[in-house]
Amino acid sequence: MSDLDDLYQNIILDHNRRPRNYGPMPDATHKADGHNPLCGDEVTVFLHIEGDTIEKVSFDGQGCAISKASASLMTLRLKGRSIEDAKRAISEVRALLSGTEQTAPDLESMGDLAALAGVRKFAVRVKCATLAWHTLEAALAGRRLVSTEEN
Amino acid sequence: MPDSPATIPTNPADFAYDVEALRQDFPILDVRIGAKPLIYFDNAATTHKPQVVIDAIQRFYLLQNANIHRGVHYLSQQATDRYEAARGRIARFFNAASADEIVFVRGATEAINLVANTWGATNLREGDEILVTGMEHHANIVPWQLVARRTGAKLRVAPVTDDGEVDLDAYRALLGERTKLVAFVHVSNALGTVNPVDEMIGAAKAVGATVLLDGAQSAPHLPVDLQRLGCDFFVCSGHKIYGPTGIGILYGRMSVLESMPPWEGGGDMIQKVTFEETTFKAPPSRFEAGTPHISGAIALATAVDYLDRIGRERIAAHEEKIATYAVARLSTVDGLRIVGMPSKRAGAVSFTMDGVHPHDIGTILDSEGVAIRAGHHCTQPLMRRLGLSATARASFGLYNTTTEVDALVHALGHVRRLFS
Repeated sequence: MSDLDDLYQNIILDHNRRPRNYGPMPDATHKADGHNPLCGDEVTVFLHIEGDTIEKVSFDGQGCAISKASASLMTLRLKGRSIEDAKRAISEVRALLSGTEQTAPDLESMGDLAALAGVRKFAVRVKCATLAWHTLEAALAGRRLVSTEEN
Repeated sequence: MPDSPATIPTNPADFAYDVEALRQDFPILDVRIGAKPLIYFDNAATTHKPQVVIDAIQRFYLLQNANIHRGVHYLSQQATDRYEAARGRIARFFNAASADEIVFVRGATEAINLVANTWGATNLREGDEILVTGMEHHANIVPWQLVARRTGAKLRVAPVTDDGEVDLDAYRALLGERTKLVAFVHVSNALGTVNPVDEMIGAAKAVGATVLLDGAQSAPHLPVDLQRLGCDFFVCSGHKIYGPTGIGILYGRMSVLESMPPWEGGGDMIQKVTFEETTFKAPPSRFEAGTPHISGAIALATAVDYLDRIGRERIAAHEEKIATYAVARLSTVDGLRIVGMPSKRAGAVSFTMDGVHPHDIGTILDSEGVAIRAGHHCTQPLMRRLGLSATARASFGLYNTTTEVDALVHALGHVRRLFS
């Protein structure tokens, strides 16, 4: 497979075309806006948390296939999970996209999220893939606004 | 190192526009992206440098390096002469009335900030208005916002039509006795629109406003005659006119420059310093504190020599041919929409494709060796006005060919297939 095919795997293209859990959530308990000033992409992550559990999650906004698919995959990964588990997923994705062998997590255990591994070879696109996850981190921490340029 | 490229006859009238010969002057065009030859359509971001410009930089540091305006030794005198000759050459290129009206700065952005912080800070009062257009890039918005906040002046915006042109009636209606400064782009970096600057400058002068023309995107494409245009300020960047990065110019009409306080304080911009008081040199030295980008200024003069030897009308005609061809060919691509259909275009075509974000277009084209820009082009308000977050932009330079446009269109077919 060429690098480009790695990047635009069917699963990425599918989530781009039909993003899951897309749209605002009126009864969100947590919410944050993410912004990538380099390209103007914007994403809002909505969470409905009860106790320690993320009961519902959705996202809204506009961006490229990579950022949309990453956000969509993220919502599938988080639904019904604990906050601890969400934080673990954030660090796994960060390690996956940082691209170093030592920190790369086990792709098998990551399920569909492993499709994001193709982004590693496209340094300029990594921020597209991390935007939703930075925003999730901000939402969990109670911050309302996050930018890719802060990390 | 030859002083002039072998491909260009001394008299421009003697040759037809031979793009293949001109391409030989640009070593970077031989670079391959993966296995593909480079097709460079990101000239609005920066242009490539001809060998003569690269040679001029090298020659300066190899044989001519010295600081200017202070040494009594031979090299310093030579460097000073070359730096000041460059100022004169650039003044002639833009037909300024005098070399002293050309201030060397880092680029168009610094030039606008200089005007905002000197002219703007001393001339603007509460209730005054600064008028810009809806197609400005951030560098012609943010400095005015900052100075408006400090002075109490108000920023007004002339709207843009669906075709990507300034709404001239609305522009005229916004001009009035409160309008102290009007600042707008000659050519839009995002859409390629050439603004009707004669009418716009005339209308602004009629209400007594000072006019700043942002030539960052016009200087690479169109002959610019400052005395004919009649603007008070003109800014442009060297790296967009085939010169080095980190050098650009602010042109100011001498009477206006003379009225302005210094910009940065430091060496070379003063007449006399005591701890109580400092008196400042006349323009342009007043605005050039510290050691300037000497090699950059000299190489920029070489770049404008190069452009004049080809002939700017010829370059403009060639690029118009490429842009017209690109618009026609791109219009045939399934699901592609050209953003902005101005009556006069220079240098660039912006577009979107149904169901594909411009970033994805950019990445896929890159895999075919085609370099374009994808994003908001530092014109977020314009994108918002057009209901977009980003576009893909192909922008052209003097070395681009119609064959390269064909390759772009071919590569867009891959985009279409991947995202179908």
